[in-house]
This record gives sequence, C-alpha cells and structure tokens, in this order.
Amino acid sequence: MADLKIRKLRKVFDGLEIIKGVDLDINDHEFVVFVGPSGCGKSTLLRLIAGLEEVTSGTISLDGRDITDVTPAKRDLAMVFQTYALYPHMSVRKNMSFALDLAGIDKSEVEAKVQDAARILELGHLLERKPKALSGGQRQRVAIGRAIVRNPKVFLFDEPLSNLDAALRVQMRLELARLHHDLNATMIYVTHDQVEAMTLADKVVVLNGGRIEQVGSPMALYHNPVNQFVAGFIGTPKMGFLDARVISTDPHSVTIELAAGTRLQLPISGARVSAGNKVTLGIRPEHIEVVKASESAFQVEMDVTEHLGSDTFCYVRTSSGETLTVRAPGDFTGEFGQRVGLALDLNHCHLFDESGLTIPKLNQRAA
Amino acid sequence: MNTTSLDSRTTQQPEDKARQGGVSRYENRLRLATVSPSVLLLLVWMIVPLAMTIYFSTIRYNLLYPGENDFVGLENFYYFITDAGFLAGAANTLILVGSVLLISVVLGVLISVLVDIDFWGRGLVRVMLISPFFIMPTVSALVWKNLLLHPVSGIFAAIWRFFGATPVDWFTHYPMFSIIMIVSWQWLPFAILILMTAMQSLDQEQKDAARLDGAGPLAIFWHITLPHLSRPIAVVVMIETIFLLSVFAEIYTTTSGGPGYETTNLAYLIYNQALLQFDVGMASAGGLIAVVIANIAAFVLIRLIGKNLTDKAS
Ligand SMILES: Nc1ncnc2c1ncn2[C@@H]1O[C@H](COP(=O)(O)OP(=O)(O)O)[C@@H](O)[C@H]1O
Ligand SMILES: [Mg+2]
Repeated sequence: MADLKIRKLRKVFDGLEIIKGVDLDINDHEFVVFVGPSGCGKSTLLRLIAGLEEVTSGTISLDGRDITDVTPAKRDLAMVFQTYALYPHMSVRKNMSFALDLAGIDKSEVEAKVQDAARILELGHLLERKPKALSGGQRQRVAIGRAIVRNPKVFLFDEPLSNLDAALRVQMRLELARLHHDLNATMIYVTHDQVEAMTLADKVVVLNGGRIEQVGSPMALYHNPVNQFVAGFIGTPKMGFLDARVISTDPHSVTIELAAGTRLQLPISGARVSAGNKVTLGIRPEHIEVVKASESAFQVEMDVTEHLGSDTFCYVRTSSGETLTVRAPGDFTGEFGQRVGLALDLNHCHLFDESGLTIPKLNQRAA
Repeated sequence: MNTTSLDSRTTQQPEDKARQGGVSRYENRLRLATVSPSVLLLLVWMIVPLAMTIYFSTIRYNLLYPGENDFVGLENFYYFITDAGFLAGAANTLILVGSVLLISVVLGVLISVLVDIDFWGRGLVRVMLISPFFIMPTVSALVWKNLLLHPVSGIFAAIWRFFGATPVDWFTHYPMFSIIMIVSWQWLPFAILILMTAMQSLDQEQKDAARLDGAGPLAIFWHITLPHLSRPIAVVVMIETIFLLSVFAEIYTTTSGGPGYETTNLAYLIYNQALLQFDVGMASAGGLIAVVIANIAAFVLIRLIGKNLTDKAS
C-alpha cells in the first residue's frame, strides 16, 4: 500500500514562499509526474515529501500515518537524484547495500536483495566497479538499484534523465516505464520535460510558481487544459495562441473575430462570455491544415518550415503579426513568403478568457 | 590533366614519406637543441651543490683549522652518526613530524567539518583559522615564547595564576611539547585551508542520499565525509612532512635545541655542527644523511598515500 496525501503544504525559504499551498493525493501503484518550468518548485516539493526539507506548514501522510516530521530514512521512501549522488568511493554493490548495512540487516539477506536488484537492472557484471568506471546510463541504473533494494513504498525521482544524452534518455524512459510495471510500485517523478511527463505518467501534476495548475491524466491535460498555462505547456510543438474578440454568443456556440479579421464559430458554450469580451484562441499545430489561399478566409504568410521526415512544422505569420505553428505531412512543400490559407479544426479550438482560464467546451472529451 | 595529377601523386608519395622522416628527425634535433639549455641549467643547479656537499663530506673541513683539507673517506659520516646528538636528533625529528601531522590532520578534519556548517560570522572565523599560516615562523615562535608561554609574563602563566596554580616553565619542563604546540599552531591552518576547501566540493546530494539511506551525522562523517577528504588529507600529510622535516626557526628562537638534546632535530643538529662547531665536513655529511632520510620518508609516504592519490586522480 502507498497512499500519499499532501494537505495545504507550504514551504518558505528565507522569507520567500516557494511552495504556496499544495493539496495532492497520490494513489497506490500510480506513476505521478510533477512537471513545470525550471524553478517552479518541483524539486522542493519532492524534497519536502522525502523529508530533506523541513515543512513550513501543512501535512504529508503516507497510508494514514502522518510523516510530516518523520526523519527521511523512516518514511519508507527512496529517492533517485538528478546527479545520481552515488557514493564515489564505494563499489556498485556497496552503494546498493549501504542502506541495508546501516540498518543492520543480515548479510545473506542483503546479498540476496542486491543480487535481485542487479538482475532487474542488468548490473550483475558491474557489482565490483566504482561509480567513476560506469557510463551515465549505468550510474543511473545503480542509483535506481539503490532505491529498489530498500523496497520503499514510494520511489521519488528528481529529473533522473536530464544528465543523459537524447538517445539514452529515450531508452531509460522506456526502462523506467517497464520498471514501474514490473515492480508495481508507486512512483513520483519530477521533470521539466513535458514529453517525459506525457509518456510516463498515469497522472500529471502541472506546477507553476509553487502552485498546482492542474492534475490529470496526460490525455486529459492535452484535450482539456484548465487554463492557458497548461495548454501552452503540454504538447510539442506548443499550442498557438491568437488574440480574438467575442462577436456573439448563444448556448451552443461562440462566434469570435481574430485580430487578423477572420470570424470563427466555435462549439463552445456561450454562457461564460458575452459579446465584446477579449479572449484568446488556442489551437495546436496538429489541428491546423494548410490549404490553398483561395480555399480559406484565414490567410497567412509562410515563414520557416522544418522538415522532420515524418512531419513538417511550418511557422506562419498572420496578417496581424501573430505567429502560429502548423503540423503538415512530411512531404509538405511550402515556400518562404508564400501566402496560404489555414483550415482550423473547430472542435479542437480552445478559448481562454482574459484571466487565462479555459472557457469550457460543449463536448468535453473523455480523458 | 587528370593523368598528370595522377602521375604527380604517384611520384610524390615516396618523396612525401622521405620528407616526413626528414622533418621528424629535424624536429627531434630542434627539440633537443631548444630544451637542452634548461635541462643543463637544471642539472647544474642540482648537481653542483650536491657534488660540493658530497665532496665536503669526504674531506676534513673545519673552519677553525684552515688548510687541513685532506681526504678522510667516510669518517665524517661515522662521527656524525655516532655523535651523541644524532640518535636524539633523528628521534626528535620523527616525534615532531609525527605529532604535528597527527594534530593537524585530526583537528584539521574536525574543524573543517565544523566550519562547513552555516553559522553567523563563518567567513570571519575561516579567515582567522587560516591566518597563523601567514605569520613567519620566527615571529610566531617569538610570540609564543614571550607572550604566551613565558613563565612570568606569559598569558598561560596568568591563566595558571588565576586558577591558583603555579605557572609552568614550558621550555624547561616540556620543551618538546612546547615546540610541537608552536609548530602545530602554524601548520594546523594549512590543513584547515586544504580540508575546508575540499569540504566545499562535497556533493550535497550525496549527503541527502545518505540521509535517506538512514545515515546519521556520525555515519555520514564516517562513510561520506572522511572518504571524500582522503585525498586532501594525503596532500596535507605529504606537504607537511616535507616542511616539518626541516623545522628550524621555531627551535632556534625558543630552546636552541635544549635542554640537552631534547629539542634538537636533524636540521638543528646540522646547523649546530656547521656553524657552532665550524665543522663543514661533518655538517655536509649530516646534510646528506638528512637527504637520505627525507627520501626514505618520501618513498614510504608515496607508497602509503601516493597510491591513494593516483588511484582517485583518474
Ligand atoms: N535551499 C534553498 N534555499 C533557498 N532557496 C531555495 C532552496 N532550494 C530551492 N530554492 C528556491 O526555490 C525555487 C524552486 O526551486 P526548485 O524546487 O529547485 O525548482 P525546480 O522546479 O526547478 O526543481 C528556486 O527559486 C530556488 O531558488
Ligand atoms: Mg529541480
């Protein structure tokens, strides 16, 4: 069992509030990812959970036991650090057995656990090496092994992949997903990389400036972001935003006029807005199609195009000077400066009010 | 055009090789020619004094009896080693070096760990901890002799009297202990300087990981901090040994090697032979013996510690 409950958690560093009241439930076996821009307090939140920082106010409980003031070692948590934090003078074996040795656990039992972890992580042939004789990926695995041998209720990861090169990062990401499945463990994972968040998480917690913006499954965040921050943070390339003005509303639709002059009728409930309101239209690159200039009222000028092979990302500029990203097929050809039309998928348009909150759609997609 | 270029390439190849060989041979000579002056200078720099010392050590050379410089073989060595002061000097050198090393490493580690903790005024405390290192040995020995340890006017004497005890005449009753105190006071700051700097490079996340692994402050000190400091400790031991083998000014200004031979180390003994007894021959022999001893010490140290140094250097 591992049910973590965080209530009204706050953390102040030198008079500066870094965590500004966080409420969060993490359920057994869940893979939870904290994601957010650098400096938003993800690591701090994780370290508060781990007990490495003192809580300013609020409570943390694990399976009904209040662990707010419990020492780190007694919380039944294990952490994998960004820099791995392996003990440099100890062998891989000793690194993994350190916690168990300190706890005075029987030698043969320790050995069995180390062997077990080494087998899961394919570290068997490296047990006598020192960390400096390992590659980045191997160090990473040792750090994970050090967590596994303790058989913790919750695994904590602080940006564990950010020191690896891109190829290794993808591989380790898959291994982490497999590990989560194999161990059937509860994991909390911190990253600033939303791709890692989307691919690994059962539940994503989007943090910004010490507050939780939204909690939900990756698909829920993708389809129904609660505000413009989450909408812009989740998804690559980023969602495009266009200034607009409400022209008219009725219960089943909102008609807006973009700054570029184009009018759109969106399937969004008109209850929350009224004519004349300033709003922001959000549309993801994959929900825009490039068409002939004559086929659309919404005309733009092509800027740079990036060919990735599978897709082509076109950066276009509207007549009002705003930029949008469009995801076109891989064989798309477009020329710099060319005038083209854009067809927006109206069902996938998001509308945000002036404070950045999402104006709910009519047909909320199931997560 | 195509053919000509092909032709020229085929004909050029052997030439190229020959030229390359020529260039490298030429370059070798050039390198030798440019390096040799400094190598020669270094050789002369080292060899001339060494040769002179060896030469002096094998002749009778006493400034009181000029002109009687005949060859005496190893007689000077024999007399130096069988001199009443030699065994005492060697033993005192070992005691002095060993004690000061022990004190500066043990206290150095403890103090560096303590000042690594954040507290108000830490910067000032650090500067003050290191400052004795920058005081000249002669000056600090004089300060200790006249202001601190003096049996009448010293601060220690004042403290003793304050508690109703009889002031201690340090240099008479505990001469070696006093010298060790003074020299430690000078060299402990060096150890602190090195170890304190090393503490700052200790990865905070390692300590966090150890805390999560259930290590208390003592276990962290023993399993994380101390291994981290092993290299800087080796550096401190090596460097201090080299300097401590030749401690002189502190002894000269305070006890002059006495009482008896109690605080005479090898450096002081050689000085004693050469300048108090004007026996350059014997002093040279002593100097050579000191060189041998220093080399043995260095050899042992490098075997003991140097391995640790190169081991982790990679
Ligand atoms: N020990 C500390 N003392 C003071 N400020 C800190 C400390 N740890 C973190 N902070 C501040 O808290 C903010 C959030 O840091 P962090 O949680 O590391 O962000 P991230 O989301 O990038 O992991 C940063 O502005 C950082 O300067
Ligand atoms: Mg961080």
